Amino acid sequence: MSAVAHREAASGGLWSRMSLGQKQVIWAWSFLAVPLVFYVVIRFWPTFQAFYLSVTDWTITKPAAFVGLENYWRLFEDPLFWQVFRNTFMYLILGTPISLLISFLVAYYLDRVRFMHSFIRALYFLPFLTTAAAMAWVWRWFYQPVPIGVINDVLSSFGIPQQPFLRSTSQALPAVLAPAVWAGLGFQIIIFLAGLRAIPVTYYEAARIDGLSEGAILRKITLPLLKPTLVFLVVFSSIGFLRIFDQVYNINTNDPGGPLNSTKPLVLMIYQTAFSSYEMGYAAAQTVVLFVILLVISLVQLRLMRDR
Amino acid sequence: MRFGHMLASVAFGFATLASTGAKAVEIEYWQYVFDTRVKAMNQLIAKFQEANPDIKVKQTTFPYADYQTKVAAAILAGQGPDVVQLFYGWTDNFIAGKMIRPLRAEAFPAAEIERDFFPIVSAMKRGNEYYGLPTAVRSLALFYNKKAFKDAGLDPNNPPKTIDELVAAAEKTVKRDGSGNIVSAGMTLDMGGQDHQWWREVLIRQFGGAPYTENDTKVAYNDEAGLKALTFYTDLQKKHKIGQAGFMDEGQAAFRAGLAAMTIDGTFRLGSFGTIKAFEWGVTELPANAQGVRSNYASYFANAITTKAEGEKLAAAEKFLKYVSSPEAMKVWMEVVGELPARREVALTPENVAHPVYGPFLKGLEYAHTTLFKDEAAQRQVAIDMANRVLIGGEDPKTSLAKAAEAEQAIIDRAKR
Repeated sequence: MSAVAHREAASGGLWSRMSLGQKQVIWAWSFLAVPLVFYVVIRFWPTFQAFYLSVTDWTITKPAAFVGLENYWRLFEDPLFWQVFRNTFMYLILGTPISLLISFLVAYYLDRVRFMHSFIRALYFLPFLTTAAAMAWVWRWFYQPVPIGVINDVLSSFGIPQQPFLRSTSQALPAVLAPAVWAGLGFQIIIFLAGLRAIPVTYYEAARIDGLSEGAILRKITLPLLKPTLVFLVVFSSIGFLRIFDQVYNINTNDPGGPLNSTKPLVLMIYQTAFSSYEMGYAAAQTVVLFVILLVISLVQLRLMRDR
Repeated sequence: MRFGHMLASVAFGFATLASTGAKAVEIEYWQYVFDTRVKAMNQLIAKFQEANPDIKVKQTTFPYADYQTKVAAAILAGQGPDVVQLFYGWTDNFIAGKMIRPLRAEAFPAAEIERDFFPIVSAMKRGNEYYGLPTAVRSLALFYNKKAFKDAGLDPNNPPKTIDELVAAAEKTVKRDGSGNIVSAGMTLDMGGQDHQWWREVLIRQFGGAPYTENDTKVAYNDEAGLKALTFYTDLQKKHKIGQAGFMDEGQAAFRAGLAAMTIDGTFRLGSFGTIKAFEWGVTELPANAQGVRSNYASYFANAITTKAEGEKLAAAEKFLKYVSSPEAMKVWMEVVGELPARREVALTPENVAHPVYGPFLKGLEYAHTTLFKDEAAQRQVAIDMANRVLIGGEDPKTSLAKAAEAEQAIIDRAKR
């Protein structure tokens, strides 16, 4: 009885001997621990698990055996991987500049429009709210040959020969990319608008008093001050295009990534390896490669675009 | 006193548990979600439980997309079903993962199975043991739009019987606009649909070859017959211009919309085509070649007993499997789901064979083949790509065929490891 009381007094003593600052730290950490533990268990643990799986031959039904770097060698020797690799970078190289250019132009001019500003902004944002799967299905029908494909109907009514779009190895990737760019525009426009609004009006006033042309204002004031926004959007949209999946998968469900793998991105290859062929080890190796690519590209971009 | 009371109630509790345990063995049955299949299975379970009051069957269903993963994960964790439905093509995988057990020969004698079921059931046989039995089977047939036939001056009650007649009928029914674009196809070309099965198990054989040898582990179509079959298929678009891959997105969509006069599809499409109001359609056997050689592709979902079922549950599972593959269950399944019975005597009744819709599918079962896929999706992709290389890439069929054979052999070899 007395021992318990003694211990209570001692622990109470320890707590009461702490400063307010120390107590605050303990409280803060005990609250932070919950999301931290959650994050470690839900995100980091599976990530490490994926690294481990990538050196095994696990197939769900057969127990995993260590195979060393075999999955990686197989991947680098697989012509499909290199094609998919090229496709993934095509999505990035075409998608990021095109979408940023369009969204900047729209934001730049929308910023000056007062008439129905919010309505127009909402219109641009709407596609971003739409499910990628639903959007892909609608575009899939746009691209059909006559008599049901809207685009080809228009083309042939002008006497232009109909285009194969999704049934062509050269046109399919841009055709898949178009709805993806379109869907992302709304978000990028909003961010650009916020960036533009954050530039103090006084700079512009001063420039105009000094007689600078609109072009010079854009080059000397708007763009440099927009750099943090630009860096964020470049990194964000690059990651988005490197991870493109649902647009591609849904626009061609019968031959995902086709025709002849011309639109297949890395994420889709991973998905098919894991959940269609059940080669989990091989899929994990692909995931690790994607992870490294994403990491390197993000780091390079941040380094190139950071303030000097 | 209070303690004594508690002990008594605990003892009573155990006694009740034990007695209900003795009264009813509960087994679990898993299949994927498909409205009519679930409904049919519920009816079968009710009837089975009526006849076997000491067994309770619990049905669990999942969306098809996650089905295989979930079954594998559950059984390996020592949970999940006692009786499970699986696609015949997954059998190797399930055996390798020690998920399903061979049927005991005393309960399911092989001789009886081979006598009563259609020969395609052999796809569930490994060595001398069967690993599962189907309730229903599916086969392919040629669907044709009677209205389109009539409009083109063809007899809607005399569909093509040979592949030459098929091409001729398609040439008559195809419609093109001024610039030569197809606006209504004579026949659908859709390798992603059922055409890859048609090419693999039907056309190759009709041109004198065989798709595989050595129990479907060696690709054998990279020869004269395979080349003829592929050329025949791609010529439908390139030479005869009676259809176009990708037209209306999917073959079945084109047919449904009344924009294709003919399509090859399976029994599982009957439900969807049954709702077509705009035109009348008919079904006929897949066309024969000039020498009268016919073939078909049949597939099925089988029911198997898992390794989890032991002791009295195993006995109950065996009873249940026997019931769901009984003639009675097959009749229920055919009425509710519209799939063909897997037993000859139930399927080939004079009434069924004369049936305008079921008849052609049933006749196909007698000479159907069942491909032992290692990875169905990947092997189908090989066929899709093979056709696309010719149709889109303009590659010559011989080269494309050789590439396909090599790619498919690699898939099969990897699965064998």
